[in-house]
Amino acid sequence: MATKDYIRERFFPHIWCPGCGHGIIMNALLHAIEQIGLKKNDIVMVSGIGCSSRISGYLDFHTLHTIHGRALAFATGVKISRPELTLLVPMGDGDALSIGGNHFIHACRRNIDMTAIVMNNRVYGMTGGQYSPLSGYGTYATTAPYMNIDQDFDVVQLATASGATFVARSTTYHVHEMTAILKAAILHKGFSVVEVMSQCPTYFGRKNKEGSASDMMEKFRARTVPLGSKKKQEDPTLIERGIFVDKQMPEYCEEYQKIIGRAMKDK
Amino acid sequence: MAKLKLKRHVINRDWCKGCGICVHFCPQHVLELDDQDKVFAARPQDCVCCKLCELRCPDLAIEVETEEEMIWADR
Repeated sequence: MATKDYIRERFFPHIWCPGCGHGIIMNALLHAIEQIGLKKNDIVMVSGIGCSSRISGYLDFHTLHTIHGRALAFATGVKISRPELTLLVPMGDGDALSIGGNHFIHACRRNIDMTAIVMNNRVYGMTGGQYSPLSGYGTYATTAPYMNIDQDFDVVQLATASGATFVARSTTYHVHEMTAILKAAILHKGFSVVEVMSQCPTYFGRKNKEGSASDMMEKFRARTVPLGSKKKQEDPTLIERGIFVDKQMPEYCEEYQKIIGRAMKDK
Repeated sequence: MAKLKLKRHVINRDWCKGCGICVHFCPQHVLELDDQDKVFAARPQDCVCCKLCELRCPDLAIEVETEEEMIWADR
């Protein structure tokens, strides 16, 4: 199956701005799904609200476009009732970690088998460029014209501490790596978190004078290193990419089935 | 041994938004934007079929169509 067979062509061209990194993530996700050979009918994509969450409209799976920050809660309901399906939950940085912060950490803790993709462009693009919990200290946004003083979350550390059993990071520049990581995340049994650093040339890029989409992607190349690289020791401000956590823990749906079995034993 | 050989660059002009990512990152400088800010293959003969343009296109607007060419090593 070609990647084009997974999209709803009638909704293209999509609404994302020229150079938006979200399209590159969608492209890589399609390649990952194609390489695994998943059938369209076996995939459920659940998204919340935001630029990133528009992705569910463009892909021809079972799709749910739900409420802001609550995609993981809806996805949990789908997975519990139909555990044989593959759940993909693309979220923006604000959607995942601000509005949906609580859902995010508790989904990590439960280790329910689904893949959360945090499409991190460090800004609320759809609503006009407000700063998000991932913008970080020293950045500028329409709501931080004199500089943002909020520290940002480290998605990888947050997900790891919350108990996710697969945690990884990549960028829109590293497309081959991103595809491989997304593939591994989808195949992983348990809760997978993949943070993909994405560019928003329209808001984050413009407010922070980062130039064009290509310039922002060049920055991802320059400012990130593979996990365990020596360069990171020399320059601690570099951001590491790769698979940080990959471990096996009891999966939630399987454990739930055991509870049902236990409760029904005497019936 | 088989090597990928270029058939053509399939460009969807309705979907291309002219962001220039494919042009910027093409290792062989094959692509350019035309006067309407749509991508076109200016130097297709230089294409090495790495497909990075296809993989990085946010708009799924470019595809590198290839065929396999058999190459026989000299003995």
